[in-house]
Amino acid sequence: MYYLCSRFFKALKTVGNMLKTSRFKSRASLKSILRVLPLLLFFFSFSGTWAIAQDSTAVSEIAVNETQAEEESLDASKMILHHIADAHEIHLFDDVAIYLPVILITDDGLKVFSSSHFYHNPITEYHGEEKLEYYAYGDFILYHEKVYLASAEGGLTLDPVTGEIANEAALDFSITKSVVGVILTLLILVLIFGSVARGYKKREGRAPKGLQSFMEPLILFVRDEVAVPSIGKEKADRFMPFLLSMFFFIWAANLLGLIPFIGGFNVTGTISVTLVLAALVFITITINGNKHYWTHILAPSGVPLPVKFILVPIEFLSIFIKPVVLMVRLTANITAGHIIILAFVSLVLIFGEVSAATGYGVGVGSVLFLIFMYFIKLLVVFLQAYVFTLLAAIYLGEATQEAHH
Amino acid sequence: MELLTVLLQAAGEASGSGLAGIGAGIAAIGAGLGIGKIGTSALESIARQPESTGDIRANMIVAAALVEGVALFAVIVCLLMVL
Repeated sequence: MYYLCSRFFKALKTVGNMLKTSRFKSRASLKSILRVLPLLLFFFSFSGTWAIAQDSTAVSEIAVNETQAEEESLDASKMILHHIADAHEIHLFDDVAIYLPVILITDDGLKVFSSSHFYHNPITEYHGEEKLEYYAYGDFILYHEKVYLASAEGGLTLDPVTGEIANEAALDFSITKSVVGVILTLLILVLIFGSVARGYKKREGRAPKGLQSFMEPLILFVRDEVAVPSIGKEKADRFMPFLLSMFFFIWAANLLGLIPFIGGFNVTGTISVTLVLAALVFITITINGNKHYWTHILAPSGVPLPVKFILVPIEFLSIFIKPVVLMVRLTANITAGHIIILAFVSLVLIFGEVSAATGYGVGVGSVLFLIFMYFIKLLVVFLQAYVFTLLAAIYLGEATQEAHH
Repeated sequence: MELLTVLLQAAGEASGSGLAGIGAGIAAIGAGLGIGKIGTSALESIARQPESTGDIRANMIVAAALVEGVALFAVIVCLLMVL
């Protein structure tokens, strides 16, 4: 894993250096290696899994109340929410699924087992009129993709007042679908950029060929249209590895979610993945902020004292709010795209329940609209990666610009 | 005054999901207005100076993405209300 990551970064840096020496006359800075350390944090961010497990429950709890009104055979909202949330298995079709390992840290130590133990053991309980469906194995209960410790009687206990789950949640470090998605994206990027960097090394001074010639306009686009206008020519090269990594990771992860039939990945729609991305932007900005940046926030000049009392807290808060907005924008756009596609699919299924004929009829129009929405999503996916990188570059530019009043 | 009390009472009884739906609808209106304004000014500028169509188109798309981000922010809040 570390070998792959270091190769990835070396590849990116080689590409950057090759571009510089062949086309640009600035000197390479070795300090850029330090700038790249936050990205190492990122690729080891399995801690995101814990947040994933905590988060996915919120999205699916809505279905519990709505199941009563819907028919038993198809609950559209439940299906949609289940498909965009994270899961402990990669469900391909019908009964075929790739069961991912569940890794829990309990008082008894580390417990690792396949999630098939969970999914092959469904239990339906009735608490009053409410129906609870969950999976149980040993001391653990999987309810709406969140792992709980079973209560003393073995099972879920509901809090009598609020009706919520009163079991303790386990410390969940499992490899879930989104983690597999991150790893897959990483592998794809390593393959592509490794080959591009090797190509540059082999063909030193000559014209690019093959995959290089496809990647080069994109890389130059990020440098010339995103980094240089925002950060300035001298400093842009320091942050190029960071911005390139962000851009291509987000784009590749979004595209992975668009591929149908492989289990429906929603990597960048998981808020914990985007949280890590935004946190990396925040860390990079804070580390690289120069004196001018901090004085501008904490002690702005040329401002009367009473206004300072309002301005300084707002500026201080905006340091945190800007990455949070980046995170929410990316998550919301990608998840919204997935929900639209799933809604049109479930539209066909709902009409299909009525009769086969209406199913086919609605199906034709729905599939055409689906294809149209897929094209829009291809654009949105690139656009969101571009906007994320552009805003990160602008914030970095603000943080590193010299005073020029 | 009568109308106001009736409305407030209805709002108090209204389930979270009803108001969340209205909130999402208002967010959609906001997004539509914002992106409409962007499109309007982009088209007018292209009409004035057709040779800068490429630049204008790129900036229009970026601004649209940012406006849409804000609208989807509101949609997320509405979604959280229902959960």
